Amino acid sequence: MTVNFRMDAPQPRLLDQTGQGVIHKPLDRPEGPLKVSGRATYAAETHLPGMAHGVLVTASIARGHVEAIDDSAAHELEGYLGCWNGERFLRNPAQGMAGAAPVQPGDRVDFRGQPIAVVVAETFETARDAARRLRILYSEEDAVTDPAEAEFETKEDADAARAVAEALETAAHRIDATYTTASHAAAAMEPHASIAEWNGDQLTLRSALQMLRFNALELADAMGLERGQVRILSPYVGGGFGSKLGLGPEAVAASMAARDLGRPVRVAMTRQQVFETVLRRSETVQRLRLAADSGGRLTALAHDNRQFQLLGEGFAEPVPQASRFLYAGAARSYRQDLGRMHRTPSGSVRAPGEAVGQLAMEAAMDELADAVGLDPVELRLRNIPDAHPGTGTRFSAHGLEACLIDGAARFGWDRRAGPRARQEGDWLIGMGMAGAARPNMLVPSEARVTLAGDRATVETDMTDIGTGSYAILSQIAAEMLGLPAENVTARLGDTDLPGASGSGGSFGAGSSGSSVFLAAKDLRGQIAALMGAAEDGLTLKDGLARAGNVEKRLADLIAEPIAATAKIEKGEMAKETHQSGYGAHFCEVAVHALTGEIRVRRFEGTFAAGRILNEKTARSQCIGGIVWGIGAALTEELVHDARTGQPVTRDLASYHVPAHADVPQIGVTFLQERDDAANPIQAKGVGELGISGAGAAVLNAVANATGVRLRDYPATPDRVIAALAAAGL
Amino acid sequence: MKPFEYIRAEGIDEAGTAAAGGATLIAGGTNLLDLMKLQVAAPGTLVDIGHVPGLGDIEETAEGLRIGALVTNSALAADPRVRKGWPVLSRAILSGASGQIRNRATTAGNLLQRTRCPYFQDPASPCNKREPGSGCPAKGGVSRMTAILGTSENCIAAHPSDMAVAMTLLEAEAEIRAAAGTVRHLPLGDLYRVPGDQPDEETTLQPGEIITAVHVPHVPAGSVQAYRKVRDRASYAFALVSVAGIVRMEEGRMAEARLAFGGVGTKPWHDAEADALLTGRRPSEALFGEAAQLVLAGARTEEGNAFKVPLLSRTMKAVLRELTGAAPASPGTDRTEAYA
Ligand SMILES: Cc1cc2nc3c(=O)[nH]c(=O)nc-3n(C[C@H](O)[C@H](O)[C@H](O)COP(=O)(O)OP(=O)(O)OC[C@H]3O[C@@H](n4cnc5c(N)ncnc54)[C@H](O)[C@@H]3O)c2cc1C
Ligand code: SF4
Repeated sequence: MTVNFRMDAPQPRLLDQTGQGVIHKPLDRPEGPLKVSGRATYAAETHLPGMAHGVLVTASIARGHVEAIDDSAAHELEGYLGCWNGERFLRNPAQGMAGAAPVQPGDRVDFRGQPIAVVVAETFETARDAARRLRILYSEEDAVTDPAEAEFETKEDADAARAVAEALETAAHRIDATYTTASHAAAAMEPHASIAEWNGDQLTLRSALQMLRFNALELADAMGLERGQVRILSPYVGGGFGSKLGLGPEAVAASMAARDLGRPVRVAMTRQQVFETVLRRSETVQRLRLAADSGGRLTALAHDNRQFQLLGEGFAEPVPQASRFLYAGAARSYRQDLGRMHRTPSGSVRAPGEAVGQLAMEAAMDELADAVGLDPVELRLRNIPDAHPGTGTRFSAHGLEACLIDGAARFGWDRRAGPRARQEGDWLIGMGMAGAARPNMLVPSEARVTLAGDRATVETDMTDIGTGSYAILSQIAAEMLGLPAENVTARLGDTDLPGASGSGGSFGAGSSGSSVFLAAKDLRGQIAALMGAAEDGLTLKDGLARAGNVEKRLADLIAEPIAATAKIEKGEMAKETHQSGYGAHFCEVAVHALTGEIRVRRFEGTFAAGRILNEKTARSQCIGGIVWGIGAALTEELVHDARTGQPVTRDLASYHVPAHADVPQIGVTFLQERDDAANPIQAKGVGELGISGAGAAVLNAVANATGVRLRDYPATPDRVIAALAAAGL
Repeated sequence: MKPFEYIRAEGIDEAGTAAAGGATLIAGGTNLLDLMKLQVAAPGTLVDIGHVPGLGDIEETAEGLRIGALVTNSALAADPRVRKGWPVLSRAILSGASGQIRNRATTAGNLLQRTRCPYFQDPASPCNKREPGSGCPAKGGVSRMTAILGTSENCIAAHPSDMAVAMTLLEAEAEIRAAAGTVRHLPLGDLYRVPGDQPDEETTLQPGEIITAVHVPHVPAGSVQAYRKVRDRASYAFALVSVAGIVRMEEGRMAEARLAFGGVGTKPWHDAEADALLTGRRPSEALFGEAAQLVLAGARTEEGNAFKVPLLSRTMKAVLRELTGAAPASPGTDRTEAYA
């Protein structure tokens, strides 16, 4: 029987009463040794007998049709097995949580880099050679590949816009500034890869995916199968960052070829194909207008954005997501202009919305602080709303103020001097800060926990994309069952197991963690019954069950394995409260006055995200998020040729994620918090919180160092010297 | 990847004969293998010179150093004699690629690495260097990493090597062995060709010729050297612009001054007129600006690389300020050196 739970009311903080003491501990990942010794098998790494190898072929035109594919030159190669394309082929990966196949365009080409065929051979090298030998005949059509030529679909609330315009007119202080952010790639270390294996009409797919419950539906739909005919295995994922939310074209390509060949087929994208084919983050143009009274209190806020998407894709980056609730202000407006272009479609990349929206919003707040003559921390403190400023919904645990105060003290913000006040040789030194917020969500998630003696197993199709799911799910079960963490084994990444939320939107830990908690809680009830005691009189610790003056070893008590399955979904609390993680970023930079190079010298982040389940993996998430912020601020830019729509930064040598030398020592502090409205484990998401605002803190520091404001991200040396030169420097 | 023959040369004669017969030399393979995977290069035969004896040593000669063709970038940068006498060479090498790549990369391979022009690296694009006559999409396209000096209508690709810039500064010479066994010495300036109407011809090496060593002469006693590379991230990125410099001060004047430039030229760039302008003069911002103007006089820019004109000029100033003592090298801020 499955425990079904809706989050309708705050739950007791049971994890604060259990005494095992493993929850929150900075425990190492249980699968870590496998990963660092190469024994964790990633998607492409299983060697199945008889496996053939496929290489995707991508379109070299931006729009048109594939009229014919001539593979006669490939046939000359020994070991060439054939070429597949056709009706089932996917144009691009599915959007997150689609649960249905993405566009299957047949012979139509909608963007340069679109997969149009897969070539299969006995070896990978032969397949790659064969792929280059194909002669593809296209009929080409006019494409829109230049943002300047795109047509826009506009969404705007005219009344709200009018209210903002009015408030701006009478405001004591106004900011009207436009910021641009670059297109970003998730750039996960592991390229997208799938191995398809048929057993009769049953399809098993080994793939690198984040949300298996949805991916199985996508695969079945794409291949014309029943859900019951597909199984997906994804035990280890080498980074996802949103790029593996949805089923990818290589999975369907492998499945088609494997079915026809009657043997397993592996298709791994090349690094270049990952950059061409996988959903990217759109470039944005953002206009921020802020109005404030003489005390710096916001009276109006407009956060407008322009971004791009391919036709047929429903996703739009929710750019102003955090701006809707982070700061006060009665009049609020958010216009969106979505331009249609024949370029690689956009989709969720880590912290969709905040990752770029807060780059603009938090920079505008800094500009407002200057205009009002207030310290940037003080300006934010004055603008923390009491309830959601748009809807009036009350906030659940809200840590922004505490984060700002803690972070400022830890960083030494009081030593910040005026603009252009500190110099070391030819380097200008400055400090900057920004606020952070990322909403919390609860997504249906199911798990089974089995206790055999004093060893437990957690089973769910949740994924671990490098985040620490194995660690935290084991810890939750261990804490609840009074076991050392090493007595719990987590089995993840298999659609034969109960369906989880998957990894996305920072909701994985809270959602899947709660399902494990609830299943383990049910087991506590079963143990209490075996002890002949009431559940609240039961203590579980170190493999011992204690009730009243009876104490038994679980190893003895649990003669037959006991199991419980639990499922959680969101409920009234999601309507009654607005839930978000909060944070504050502080950093110091050095800017070379002549060359325009920027070096981040120090970075401190303080975060409040409810209960921290594993202090080490959560910290790593925040550090990683801040590194992403540094990347967005200084280095990362997915560049397209506007004439052809072709991405030209297609590898990790030219798409610049920050290198070690770009990243200083990063301090991360978590505030003690429990969010009773979030879920029964009182935890909120941390995976994307660290990015939100981090890059703005960097450019705010650059403004403090140089006295010059850069509004185009990333601030590469050419842009910095242009801004310096414009200011006569 | 196209199937290919592989020959492991045991001696220089064998390598020379194979090369004369059309085989492609492979040393560390860090550049060639990447290009083969992309099918930008598709050699029928590879001759691996990695095991040829006698190419892996750094020797002191009367004139300076003889650096064997197979000396790895890591070993060369770490050599105590290089660090002491030719620090600009160490710095230039350490500013390039990554630790892992430098462990494999060789001296000759580094000099002969191919351009990083993105269109060159994408066989689905036209490119005059890869397919003569097909066109140059970098012009009017994404040209951020391309050159502004020494370009032609047909190709604007930048030479990517950092080490070669330092060696050009140091007036190094390549020791080149023909298949017949004869040896010639060639200043680096004459090893490289500018693209003109034959961008696929990058060097003046003849078929069958192998670079066996590079000779680096002594530098003037009492001189100061610097290598400054400005790039899109602090490490592991090719130069937007780089400036190598060596200056000897005497009574407040630059008794000797020499500069070389990376990221801006179709080959490692040197401008004798700029050196001559600086030499014998007292350092001043105005003089540095004049020198920059000289260097950049022949610059031809695209929308995407026009920033290299002010960036090179400013970086020259920064380097000359440090070399002449006007600005201190500020430790702890320029982390590129500490972490490269
Ligand atoms: C991601 C990445 C980043 C990089 N960043 C930088 C950077 O910032 N700065 C920089 O300077 N470099 C950089 N490099 C390039 C690196 O320095 C070169 O790849 C390396 O130096 C090449 O040496 P190799 O021995 O591996 O050459 P190979 O790949 O073996 O050969 C390169 C070429 O030289 C020819 N060749 C080799 N030896 C001889 C010889 N003795 N005689 C004649 N011809 C020969 C080969 O035929 C081939 O054409 C980077 C490389 C990568 C992959
Ligand atoms: S610049 Fe040279 S290498 Fe680049 S596309 Fe043009 S011809 Fe090819």
